[in-house]
Amino acid sequence: MALLEVKGLKVYFPIRGGILGRTLGYVKAVDDVSFTIEPGQTVGLVGESGSGKSTTGKAILGLERIAGGTIHFEGENITKYIGKNRSSYRKSVQMIFQDVYSSLNPRKRVLDILAEPLRNFENLTKGEERKRIDELLRIVGLPPQVALKYPFEFSGGQRQRIGVARAIALKPKLIVADEPVSALDLSVQAQVLNYLKDVQEELKLAYLFVSHDLGVVKHMCETLAIMHNARFVEFGSREDIYSNPQHIYTRRLIAAIPDTDPDKRHVNAENRALLTKEYEQEHSKYYGERGQVYDLKPVAGSDTHFVATP
Amino acid sequence: MSDVLLQIRDLRTSFRIEGKFHAAVDGVSLDIYKNEVFALVGESGSGKSAMALSLTRLHNPLFTRIEGEVLFDGKDLLTLNEAQINKVRGAHISMIFQDPLSALNPLFKVGAQIEESLVYHTNLDKAGRKARALELLEGVGMVNPALTYNQLPHELSGGMRQRAMIAIALACKPDLVIADEPTTALDVTIQAQILDLLRDLQKEMQTSIILITHDLGVVAEMADRVAVMYAGQIVELASSEDLFKNPQHPYTRSLLASIPSMDSHSNKLHVIQGLVPPLQLMPREGCRFSHRTPWVPTDIHEEIPTYHEVGPGHYVLCTCYKEFSFDGEETA
Repeated sequence: MALLEVKGLKVYFPIRGGILGRTLGYVKAVDDVSFTIEPGQTVGLVGESGSGKSTTGKAILGLERIAGGTIHFEGENITKYIGKNRSSYRKSVQMIFQDVYSSLNPRKRVLDILAEPLRNFENLTKGEERKRIDELLRIVGLPPQVALKYPFEFSGGQRQRIGVARAIALKPKLIVADEPVSALDLSVQAQVLNYLKDVQEELKLAYLFVSHDLGVVKHMCETLAIMHNARFVEFGSREDIYSNPQHIYTRRLIAAIPDTDPDKRHVNAENRALLTKEYEQEHSKYYGERGQVYDLKPVAGSDTHFVATP
Repeated sequence: MSDVLLQIRDLRTSFRIEGKFHAAVDGVSLDIYKNEVFALVGESGSGKSAMALSLTRLHNPLFTRIEGEVLFDGKDLLTLNEAQINKVRGAHISMIFQDPLSALNPLFKVGAQIEESLVYHTNLDKAGRKARALELLEGVGMVNPALTYNQLPHELSGGMRQRAMIAIALACKPDLVIADEPTTALDVTIQAQILDLLRDLQKEMQTSIILITHDLGVVAEMADRVAVMYAGQIVELASSEDLFKNPQHPYTRSLLASIPSMDSHSNKLHVIQGLVPPLQLMPREGCRFSHRTPWVPTDIHEEIPTYHEVGPGHYVLCTCYKEFSFDGEETA
């Protein structure tokens, strides 16, 4: 059974105007998106800013109002209860944020930051609580002494590890990670990614990994969804997407990754120019009249790979 | 390629923290040639931006002390007075910043901001300035230059704003453009467009570019030569080809090993132990990278690190590169 099943998810933001603030129309931030996440799996959600990838993640957490579609968690339809406090779903799905400077309360000690989810959901004695916190810190590689420190005393990478520790405090089954390493330096990024993988193995976690960095996504995710204009343009395994990209948008995205081989510089630039030309000339092959993305169709000869074509 | 444009000699930029000066750039000597793209790479805190801002003296003089020499066109930029350096800024050396929204003035139209430096540095009349501004906007790939000319920065997308910044930087045909993380705030597809544009314009105008970035992919795509900075020093200087194919310094090798690459998903990424030390606690003696590689024996470092030429134009700081190996790896 799938851990999470999202069907036809829609999130619309109202456009208000006029002196009465009436709703004049809607911005479709997420428009009819469906996918499933199996237990222990990592699904990557990739796209440019404004593509709706973060909104999708937030909707799953109940942080955005859902305009349509259903979300099933472990076979149960939880669409209606998603925003309700203290439901078991809230315990099972957690989030890691991008900005490590604003996602930890500066007035709280690490101890209180990590204890907050525990105090909300579990009745622990002081001693039990402290034991759990030491265990959480061990998992993300921090010594137990740091529990009495404040967030400003840590570097960016350490803060993100505290963010990870908080997310796993309630032993969730799914973590939505929204650009968890985009704000970090390369060497620190490597460290956080390693911890994310270790934690996943230890706790049998599933991740929804939202990112714009195709290198990081390739390192982390077995399954990928490429998002553009509020819809999926392509969905498939890592090999499908990187070795056999079908949609023009995916191909442009992959061609845009800077290559660390200086010899390939000219080839890459030419390749990008060709793709841009193709994108302009054959736009109608991939997008509808109003620029909308078509529904996903299976790619011939594969049962994991889907692409949006007419 | 061999004409020297800018000579940096023993540059030392110190910031005042709690009454004491600490060097963020600690004795950098470097030549920038005409018509080349020179990249400065390093993590945050390595001193790469501090160095670039020192070249045109954009630091607040109350908290900053800049020593050494920056020779440009026979003049030492560090000894010029304010009026003289203003003649250089914008006209001969200009800058592109990371965040175009805060670097552009939100109250002035894009056209007016491009024309500003033309007013100070050229004798063009009003019509001539407008013609030049439109030409520049077209040159940086604006779809409708006449429209963009009259738009305010907030009406443009991130990529368009960065194009406007580039138009401003190139307005007076400078000899050198300093680009500080020009694409870090942009999406990958837009980043590729901006990098392609910068490279084309650089070739066309024969300008030199100092490109500051933490993204090694961007370096490989753009740069002719690269300097890797760590703790205020250049630890390795080489052509792009040499640096990526034959990296020598332990820091360079560690950075390259920590890139999540196309085939790394089954393996662990390399992690550099510890952190870039904060300015006040920066070790000032010996090999500064040594405390992040505690497993290597201390006697492979030089007491006072010097530069070693390992190939034509390829320099490495300290002798530790000869015997360095990653933790758990056999010494080759």
